[in-house]
Amino acid sequence: MLSPTPREKLVVIGNGMAGCRAVEEILARDPGRFSITIFGAEPHVNYNRIMLSPVLAGEKRFEDIIINSEQWYASNGIELVSGDPVVAMDRVGRTVTSQQGRTIGYDRLLIATGSDPFIIPVPGKDLPGVISFRDMKDVDAMLAAADQGGDAVVIGGGLLGLEAAHGLSLRGMKVTVIHLMPTLMERQLDEAAGWLLKTELERRGQTILTGADTAEIFGDGKVEGVRLKDGREIPASLVVMAVGIRPSTALAREAGLAVGRGIQVDDHMVTSDENVLAVGECVEHNGNVYGLVAPLWEMCRALADGLVSEPSGYRGSVTSTKLKVSGIDVFSAGDFSGGNGAEDIVLRDASRGVYKRVVLRDDRIVGTVLYGDTADGSWYFDLLKKQEDVASIRDVLIFGQAFAQGGGQADPKAAVAALSDDAEICGCNGVSKGAVVSVIQSGACTLDAVRATCKASASCGSCTGLVEQLLSLTMGDDYEGERAVRTICKCSSFTHDDVRREIVAQGMTSIPEVMQKLHWTTPDGCSSCRPALNYYLLCAHPGVYIDDQQSRFVNERLHANIQKDGTYSVVPRMWGGITNPRELRAIADVVEKYNAPMVKVTGGQRLDIFGIRKEDLPAVWADLNAAGMVSGHAYGKALRTVKTCVGSEWCRFGTQDSTGLGVQTERMTWGSWMPHKFKIAVSGCPRNCAEATIKDFGIICVDSGYELHVAGNGGIKLRATDFLCKVATEQQALDHCAAFIQLYREEAWYLERTAPWVERVGIDYVRQRIVEDEVGREALTSRFLYSQSFSQDDPWAERAAGKDHEQHAHLGEFRPFILEAAE
Amino acid sequence: MIGDWIDVGALVEIPMRGARTIRMGTGEEIAVFRTAANMVYALVNRCPHKHGPLSQGIVHGDAVACPLHNWRISLSTGEALGEDEGCVPTIPVKIDAGRILISRLAMLTYAAAA
Repeated sequence: MLSPTPREKLVVIGNGMAGCRAVEEILARDPGRFSITIFGAEPHVNYNRIMLSPVLAGEKRFEDIIINSEQWYASNGIELVSGDPVVAMDRVGRTVTSQQGRTIGYDRLLIATGSDPFIIPVPGKDLPGVISFRDMKDVDAMLAAADQGGDAVVIGGGLLGLEAAHGLSLRGMKVTVIHLMPTLMERQLDEAAGWLLKTELERRGQTILTGADTAEIFGDGKVEGVRLKDGREIPASLVVMAVGIRPSTALAREAGLAVGRGIQVDDHMVTSDENVLAVGECVEHNGNVYGLVAPLWEMCRALADGLVSEPSGYRGSVTSTKLKVSGIDVFSAGDFSGGNGAEDIVLRDASRGVYKRVVLRDDRIVGTVLYGDTADGSWYFDLLKKQEDVASIRDVLIFGQAFAQGGGQADPKAAVAALSDDAEICGCNGVSKGAVVSVIQSGACTLDAVRATCKASASCGSCTGLVEQLLSLTMGDDYEGERAVRTICKCSSFTHDDVRREIVAQGMTSIPEVMQKLHWTTPDGCSSCRPALNYYLLCAHPGVYIDDQQSRFVNERLHANIQKDGTYSVVPRMWGGITNPRELRAIADVVEKYNAPMVKVTGGQRLDIFGIRKEDLPAVWADLNAAGMVSGHAYGKALRTVKTCVGSEWCRFGTQDSTGLGVQTERMTWGSWMPHKFKIAVSGCPRNCAEATIKDFGIICVDSGYELHVAGNGGIKLRATDFLCKVATEQQALDHCAAFIQLYREEAWYLERTAPWVERVGIDYVRQRIVEDEVGREALTSRFLYSQSFSQDDPWAERAAGKDHEQHAHLGEFRPFILEAAE
Repeated sequence: MIGDWIDVGALVEIPMRGARTIRMGTGEEIAVFRTAANMVYALVNRCPHKHGPLSQGIVHGDAVACPLHNWRISLSTGEALGEDEGCVPTIPVKIDAGRILISRLAMLTYAAAA
């Protein structure tokens, strides 16, 4: 008589999505093979963990997210041990033991313990009211806290943290998100999308603190708030720690299985013990650990194939991410970090708040980030996974599937040609295609002419490309091509003037905001536009804008001049070119103490100390500060020097106190950032020993007052100044100087000296603004002085006191032999 | 045991779109860059043009503009981009749990050659 083969005993540790899915896959292949027991730590049946966010947000109930009901366990003959986690396994005796002392034997063991929330080791992490966001118990705790109202802090601005913050915010709590990194969800989003997300969350009432490092969680018996390393305190009755997850490997490690970052498995999800398998977030496959749900499905298929049918093998996963915050569409997939010949295609639509970026390598999509319009996310992801060659649709790829595959319109011009006459071209001014074509046919044959006649592309400029295509389509070979305007750089179709105007008009306050609203075609700009934008924002918002150090040239970042050998030169300020024994001694001491190979008198009447290493700069500055000297800004797009002659105090020809006026001028103007470097001189008589007529602003003293000159240059292209006007008093000279600098600061292009600027706008324009329009001049002067009230802090003193010290220090040292001996 | 990777610090110690340096016993420097997309690259801190310290350049995308003459260098390949020609050695580097790990072998090889 044939007796049925006894069933093998399969024990599953973990009643979550991975464990149950693996069981489902096994049952689908061979329902009679195993007798199955599942252990779960939580007192629930298997539910969809990634739907906890909608439960917290009140969009779903727990019952809605159950995947396998009790009936499923029963009808498949599965023994479920819930609320009783496995605490030990004996691989020799092939048994596992639970917390409540239940010991059970196995033939095959499947570990699906998932991951544990990572708790940052700060004081107060164990206070009541500090929770993670991992399971239903955490959601219940958050809901209970939300019932009381009040303040909540979420530590971690990743996917999980933002979903928790969203839910708590909807439940009526005042939520602050603390994120260590400078941008939200930095692992899934680039800076541009991260900025859009932050802006939207702030609009919804959340407070988002980026670059914020938690020092401690404080409270007496229960949590009362969070203190940051910079000293800020945020009150909170609830703190959700959502900084990340770690594979849960303790059990496997104790049992002696091979464990790296996760439990190491082969392509068939078998661990270092052939009778023990592992699947899900707790495993490490080919060096990769996954914290998302999609890889789990693929792993479970490979596991079941290997265990009960034809081995197929898991090959690793490409993952995509979607943020589950209602009303905010964010999608990212693959590798969007660039590199190795990667090309970016970027589309920004400021009015709709859309940012789309597709990264290509060798005509294949390797990554994508979508914000605001994620409809094509799955299409891009599909092309990415299949590694399809997209060369034939490259030009229209960014417009999405409907456009790229819509009736062979791979030529963007054909797409425009196919538009109907009443299709809107310019959204700002409501101009249809028919209207644009008719003005072109009646003689508007350049972009500027079209803008002047029907206003299309005359406002935000984002339809410029469409208008140009219409010009080209309508005029054929007669169209002379795109207009020759100097755009700010290749990242933008806007000119410097456009950008400056829009920053002020739209009240833009950050570089990512400018890039989004003005449709930048690169993710984070280039070395031409970033310093320009940083300056324009600084000029537009004195005292408010936070300077972006990484958008500064090296000299302005290190407050010294880089030399060809990588060392720096240091020029302390000497007001009006006057010095004294104390300053000279301090300079001499610095030269000796730091072995500076050269010290030189500059053309601007200062002393320049050469050959200082970047590590020594703060110490050099501290020594110079001690003698009362501050930064000379010889390195900056800024006021450099005020050069003077000795004037009436000593000189037999002197007519006025030119040194005194020079010192006053320098005291007023030092520290101001400008489009380019700016030099001033004051001569005591028309003999002009201070060479004031080749300076950006020159004052020549005469018996009856002060002659003011502007826009001279002693550089490559020698240019004598233009005469601006003559004034009677020192105060008037100072006021005119401030007004001229402010006009230059507000209207010149970045890296444009005063000479080409004045030649471009005309000296008559400058006279009209500074001399004829008295009210306008006073306004310019007061705007300059207001701006100066924020900029006259010595940057050297801040650095000498330790600010930004990492800029002067090496990350580390590498001495091969010592390092090896030490280990 | 001697690992294949050396932990040289935490990712957050490098400013986003910035770089820090590691000094070799020979006095040469390795520049470790961090991009806006949080990728990390390591290059010898010496522009192929006139040996400018690349670590002090402006980082954009996955390139750096040399502070001396604005040559653009690819962070992933070390090659000069655009019209310029030249190449600077790259050193394998990776991020694990927020720590920057740099290839010990490449550092040793480079230290021996320098």
